[in-house]
Amino acid sequence: MKKLIIALAATAAALCSTVPGAQAADKTKVCFVYVGTKTDGGWTQAHDLGRQELQKALGDKIETPYLESVPEGPDAERAIERMARSGCAVVFATSFGFMDATVKVAQKFPNVKFEHATGYKAAPNLATYNSRFYEGRYILGQIAAKMSKKGVAGYIASFPIPEVVMGINAFELGAKSVNPNFKLKVVWANTWFDPGKEADAAKALIDQGVDILTQHTDTTAPMQVAAERGIYAFGQASDMIAAGPKTQLTAIVDTWGAYYIKRTKALLDGTWKSEQIWDGLKDGILTMAPYTNMPDDVKAMAEETEAKIKSGELHPFTGPINKQDGTPWLKAGEKADDGTLLGMNFYVEGVDDKLPK
Amino acid sequence: MRIELQRRPAASGVFSLVSPLLALVLTLIFGAIMFRLLGKDPGHALYSFFVEPLLEVWSLHELAIKAGPLILIAVGLSVCYRSNNWNIGAEGQFTIGAITGSILPILVPQWHSVLVLPLMLVMGAAGGALFAGIPALLKTRFNTNEILVSLMLVYIAQLFLDWLVRGPWRDPKGFNFPQSISFAPEAVLPPLLDSGRAHASILFALLAAVLVWFMMRFMLKGFEVTVLGRSERAGRFAGFSARRMVWFSMMLSGAFAGLAGISEVSGSIGHLQPSISPGYGFTAIIVAFLGRLNPLGAIASGFVLALTYLGGEAAQLSIGVSDKVTRVFQGLLLFFVLSCDTLILYRVRIIFGSGRAREAKS
Repeated sequence: MKKLIIALAATAAALCSTVPGAQAADKTKVCFVYVGTKTDGGWTQAHDLGRQELQKALGDKIETPYLESVPEGPDAERAIERMARSGCAVVFATSFGFMDATVKVAQKFPNVKFEHATGYKAAPNLATYNSRFYEGRYILGQIAAKMSKKGVAGYIASFPIPEVVMGINAFELGAKSVNPNFKLKVVWANTWFDPGKEADAAKALIDQGVDILTQHTDTTAPMQVAAERGIYAFGQASDMIAAGPKTQLTAIVDTWGAYYIKRTKALLDGTWKSEQIWDGLKDGILTMAPYTNMPDDVKAMAEETEAKIKSGELHPFTGPINKQDGTPWLKAGEKADDGTLLGMNFYVEGVDDKLPK
Repeated sequence: MRIELQRRPAASGVFSLVSPLLALVLTLIFGAIMFRLLGKDPGHALYSFFVEPLLEVWSLHELAIKAGPLILIAVGLSVCYRSNNWNIGAEGQFTIGAITGSILPILVPQWHSVLVLPLMLVMGAAGGALFAGIPALLKTRFNTNEILVSLMLVYIAQLFLDWLVRGPWRDPKGFNFPQSISFAPEAVLPPLLDSGRAHASILFALLAAVLVWFMMRFMLKGFEVTVLGRSERAGRFAGFSARRMVWFSMMLSGAFAGLAGISEVSGSIGHLQPSISPGYGFTAIIVAFLGRLNPLGAIASGFVLALTYLGGEAAQLSIGVSDKVTRVFQGLLLFFVLSCDTLILYRVRIIFGSGRAREAKS
């Protein structure tokens, strides 16, 4: 036994003999907090690709540490505070649920900059940035209406917050512009990241007879279920074509890289200001994955709509639009303003679901 | 050649002391090998895992926040397990405690009084105890298996909380996000010190550990727990009631879990939301066993497990390893602790050729 202990101690000594390496000298720390794993194939992966782009572009001046799988809630506050204390110059908090935690930590560390994705609470050292995902979802809706034989699509939603409700409505409006009778079924997975639950939701929807799936959750699980069952689906946040080469029609792809580079440069120049950014297709913060698995006329329609949205000719939320119960919301030609969109708390006509209240 | 475990005539005193240390050393060595394989410098990695979180005051606060509920629940469970009652549902009692404790700040937010906080804590503990009373009732009445019943009740508790924060208790101004209104200041457990976030939950935990240790060591009730746990029949001869013990141990552990639940919600979160625990109720089972079902042992093991959580985060940031490394570390630690404990009751014999002959004869 004694010999064993001595042997173990010797191994330990040998393994630990190397002195901790010298820390990288004086690089600015640009830090990221992720809600999922960086290889989730969706939301977090898109942020991590942005981080890698940033690292590539400015790698000689910065380092980009990150924390993965940080649960929303008290753990998030600790994780973000840890980043602020570890010398981060700016912290990108990349989930809606990090909002209150980021606000609290930002108050405590006025000299550190914070950027919160998709939130609405700002401060002098806390900027928010968001993407007009609804523009992409409108295109998805149009494609769905062309490709669906039954005229019913399934939507795997996360939480009934305005961001998600807005996406559901945009999808339905796009679909109705092609097929006025198009119906949309919604399942609330009540999670951003849970492959098991997302797959269950996908199966439930398919069993209810939908023949196109779209999702507002983070993993490729629904895409895989759609591939197994032989129906079409749309990717979300990242290009999910690898999970469904014959299944994905297109995907709305978050391309955060350019934004991260722009903001980091501003930080290095000393011109960083707290802003509330809401960019869309035309700014390149959102891109459409290649239009695949569809006939040429559908593809042409999608490309045309994309071009119109980019040029500003088409705004997905343009009247006449009725609310779900048939009461008028927007008059013909009237466009919804950003404030209304960001607080959206009702469905438009054609959504076959009751908004959790 | 083969390796045999031989039962020792008596538990080895030396190994009861050496075994946890040996387990720690083995964990460190295999952790170091793992970091080496990952291409990280093991010395630096182990340092950021186990030492860095202890160097800063704010980080110690965070350690206390994590350790508080773990210890508090584990102390209750250790009594329960000592008495041979297997409450696996502390996670559910934690959740119900959080709910019953939140009744006041959510349903009567306009009542501002210094009484709110103490009442919340009492109601939280009572809720946890009553919820643990269900498996106790079913066990004493119908002889059901408390392991299964208490485990299944976890899911009921979690879904009930889920329903509440999406339905009747949802904050009407919360942008449809599934969470309750934020607690008013008088319903929040205040931080103990200005230097960090740690709140009273760690004090409750330490106090509970000492009180329960005192009970187990010096009071008749503690003796009753031990005797009934070792042999129900012997306990009956001494006039102890096994049925009453089921009630006592289940409700005690439930009350502690419930108190941990409301403390966590009131002190760390500040409102109810669908997920309020990263599995404290289950991790506390590990804590209880690592602490050898001794309330004071639970303090040490609670801090060690809390440290692995924080260390994992620190290591992710300073050396860039995956968050999964934390889980691997916890697994290693548990594995080595349990296997080293074998050495207390058994002796390892390496038997060469002759051993086989002896076996053939017998």
